[in-house]
Amino acid sequence: MQRTPLNAAHRRAGAKLVDFAGWEMPLHYGSQLEEHHAVRRDAGMFDASHMLALDVAGDGALALLRFALANDVAKLRAPGKALYSCMLRDDGGVLDDLIVYFLGADRYRAVVNAATAEKDLAWLDRLRAGRAPAAALAPRRDLAMIAVQGPNARAKCWAALPETRAAAAPLAPFSAAACGDMFVARTGYTGEDGFELLVPAARAEAVWGALAAAGVRPCGLGARDTLRLEAGMNLYGQDMDETVTPLESGLAWTVDLAGERDFVGRGALAAAGKPACAMVGLVALERGGVLRAHQTVRTAQGEGEITSGTFSPTMQRSIALARVPAGVAIGEAVRVDVRGKPLAARAVRPPFVRHGKILVPADA
Amino acid sequence: MNVPENLKYTAEHEWVRAEADGTVTVGITDHAQSALGDLVFVEVPEVGRKLTANEACCVVESVKAASDVYSPIAGEVIEANTALADAPEKVNQDPYAAWLFKLRPADPGDVAKLLDAAAYRKAVEAAGEH
Repeated sequence: MQRTPLNAAHRRAGAKLVDFAGWEMPLHYGSQLEEHHAVRRDAGMFDASHMLALDVAGDGALALLRFALANDVAKLRAPGKALYSCMLRDDGGVLDDLIVYFLGADRYRAVVNAATAEKDLAWLDRLRAGRAPAAALAPRRDLAMIAVQGPNARAKCWAALPETRAAAAPLAPFSAAACGDMFVARTGYTGEDGFELLVPAARAEAVWGALAAAGVRPCGLGARDTLRLEAGMNLYGQDMDETVTPLESGLAWTVDLAGERDFVGRGALAAAGKPACAMVGLVALERGGVLRAHQTVRTAQGEGEITSGTFSPTMQRSIALARVPAGVAIGEAVRVDVRGKPLAARAVRPPFVRHGKILVPADA
Repeated sequence: MNVPENLKYTAEHEWVRAEADGTVTVGITDHAQSALGDLVFVEVPEVGRKLTANEACCVVESVKAASDVYSPIAGEVIEANTALADAPEKVNQDPYAAWLFKLRPADPGDVAKLLDAAAYRKAVEAAGEH
């Protein structure tokens, strides 16, 4: 199993370690629920070093990414700006979702998922060879990634790492800046404010330790999953994969169809026409079990399936993302088969929680 | 791992306490609650339900996953801890106080056949589940 530069720190902190996509990662450090609340109310940090930073630079880098990604990186005009995008197969299936940062003319940095990193690299390199042979792909396994998230995350980050303040304080949401040997991005996967820090592996433990000393709570993958689900964010491999298109995954907003730009999958998306299914959020209307992935959703328009479900620690009720027939309306009552019994739920529009606030009405 | 000496156990991580009146009280062990993580839902059996040994009769769900709880012995449910529905975290906080249900055993001799603390501890360690 692969280990991140923070593995020893996790062991010292008593983390329960699990195999995640071939990486030994912390699931929690004692209580997943307390870690979740720490991020909603104060500040928590996650080791995200299993994800891969991938630099794309050189002549043709812009053209390559405009062709490879369903969202249009040409929208990024100011250095540091970030964009969320899917990378599609020719048939429109989702190869991966990623964030790409614009560093300068023909210089980009993408951050891709751990489980898909090798596949992405091979795919992009094939496109590069055909489209932009002068551009280079540089996987940055020399960088660790620490996500510091929560309403007090930024202030605690500056307290722990004073040298980052000048570069990080002026950052608008969804933008990044270099700061010495670190890369500071005001992005995340929790629905809270905060930073994702790319740090040289050799310094990762020192940065993690400084953040912990400033009162940032170490959080595991368990809390990361409940936080991202409350924030209505998809998880690759669970909410979407190569067998579905972004239009069937609640990600139509990330597919840029403006103009005539040619990108991988565009023809297939156009040919497929209106998708037959759509993603909605679900909230359980009664106690009686927890909504989980793969449970069947029964609607007036036909059956659907939960792709991610959990108990929301913030809302104290069960929530889910589900792929349902396209006609299901927001507000519609549905039933979910939970361990052999029907559980009443309602379709809602994600996100469920953002910036510490519950966005779904209590009577929904 | 907290395994009180005065209780009996099953390999499925239930604890069983023989009461003076011949009934038994059942819950899940400290090891079980720790492996499950924070519980968010507990469903206990109906009073009056007749259970066979090893019959699934309770559900405990954590943020992570749902898990069945089995009846350690045959018997009739005489009381269920319905208060846990609103406070499932009590099972995490004190698994040996937050009992799930009480049984009147079909055969009072069955309790003695369950694992004692040392045997349960050994079973957990043998499974490599510290």
